[in-house]
Amino acid sequence: MKLIIAIIQPHRLDPVREALTNIGIQGMTVSEVRGYGRQKGHTEIYRGAEYRIAFLPKLKLEIAVPSARTEDVVATITQATRTGRIGDGKIFVLDLQQSLRVRTGETGDDAL
Amino acid sequence: MIDSGNTAWMISATGLVLLMTLPALGLFYGGLVQAKNILSVLVQCFAVACLASLLWFAVGYSLAFSGTGPWLGDTHAVLLAHIGRAAPHPGLAIPESVFVMFEMTFAVITPALIVGAYVERIRFGAVLLISGLWLLLVYVPVCHWVWGGGWLAARGTIDFAGGIVVHVTAGVSALVVAAMLGPRQDFPHGIRPPHAPWMVMVGASLLWVGWFGFNAGSALSAGADAGMAMLVTHLSAATATIVWMAIEWVRFGKPSLVGAVTGTIAGLAAITPAAGVVGPLAAVILGAVAGGLCFAAVVLVKRAMQVDDALDVLGVHGVGGALGTLLLPFLAMIGTGGVPSALGMTGQFTAQLIGVVSVALWSAVVTFAITKLAALTVGLRIDPEGETTGLDFAAHGETGYHVMR
Repeated sequence: MKLIIAIIQPHRLDPVREALTNIGIQGMTVSEVRGYGRQKGHTEIYRGAEYRIAFLPKLKLEIAVPSARTEDVVATITQATRTGRIGDGKIFVLDLQQSLRVRTGETGDDAL
Repeated sequence: MIDSGNTAWMISATGLVLLMTLPALGLFYGGLVQAKNILSVLVQCFAVACLASLLWFAVGYSLAFSGTGPWLGDTHAVLLAHIGRAAPHPGLAIPESVFVMFEMTFAVITPALIVGAYVERIRFGAVLLISGLWLLLVYVPVCHWVWGGGWLAARGTIDFAGGIVVHVTAGVSALVVAAMLGPRQDFPHGIRPPHAPWMVMVGASLLWVGWFGFNAGSALSAGADAGMAMLVTHLSAATATIVWMAIEWVRFGKPSLVGAVTGTIAGLAAITPAAGVVGPLAAVILGAVAGGLCFAAVVLVKRAMQVDDALDVLGVHGVGGALGTLLLPFLAMIGTGGVPSALGMTGQFTAQLIGVVSVALWSAVVTFAITKLAALTVGLRIDPEGETTGLDFAAHGETGYHVMR
């Protein structure tokens, strides 16, 4: 099993959800997060004064998948979130040791 | 002789002016600070309003409006003694109780305006001490000089609704307090932006509506002067808003909400002293000048003077109020609906200039002394850790936004 963590632009959430649903991915966890990468924040101007906004709002998706689906899911997320501009985000893939569905006690791929 | 129409309007106007402090000014200022300081701003406005009300009852009203000495009133109406239920205020067709209350709402909002200078870093005890002393030593004497038959009234200085009495006093004093208190941590480059611009807009909108009570109510009657005051107030506000937005659009590429509503307040402050003597065309001209000049003043205070008058009380209120006060002799001659001064343009301008300069000096000197006293007794600044934590929790033990269920 793999845990896929995707940091994406907030406005790309719906396209990602739709694309993943279409390839049979049944769940994800979404968090509102802040951060910066090469985009390095932006400036906002209030009453003539510039304010440096270092941490920009992003969404963090966490999706646990059977190992065999990893490339598929990563490709789908990439396609749904890429605009080609700086700030599109990043995807990380981690090994996942165990999973367990609380209601039934199922574990491993059965719990995903 | 008490007139029911006049009385009905003045009671309504009084409600509108109180609305300007509670909650309008609180929201206007509260949206501009960081989320961790929202409650501190609201409680500062609320507490200053109540403190000023009690001081007005105790001695303020009497020293401002009872007696006609050049410098200060008398103590005849201390604790509002000798104010009967049925007696009209001398020279007016409204009960004295309504006049006391209407003027009380002005005494409430003026020290509350200064909150904008010291937010996010002051001790609450210092807020109360400075506000209380300031009301008695700055606001009350100046109110008497201009509106209570004092030396500026005798000199012919025109301040219809508070360009000098409210906005110059508060604006100049704000700068003095801000300079003595010192800037917020990370000023100027690390300051966080306004946490809720929408709240700033709601506050400014309520201020705009409340200002109809402030300016049209300052006619002290329900008639032609009140009607024209309302009209010119609205036009100045609308014009200054458009001008401020246009400046931002040209200079920064985008017109902002916070900028637009700041322009509104600049236009409202500028028309305040002039609302009784100018017509609609002059109001539009004044609003346009106010939008441009106050924008420049805000930038000047922050960048050139490097004083952390955090929410721009001097740049918006002080400069706006002074501008309207100084231009009104000329604006009264423009278009129809104006009331040209019997002193002539230059004579009236001299009276206006003396008013602005003397009141600015008095405000600066006395506020310096008061703030010094506060520094030596209760202390001015919260400790650095409290400033980092935020005044909401550090000073009041509360949190503005609990986002987790």
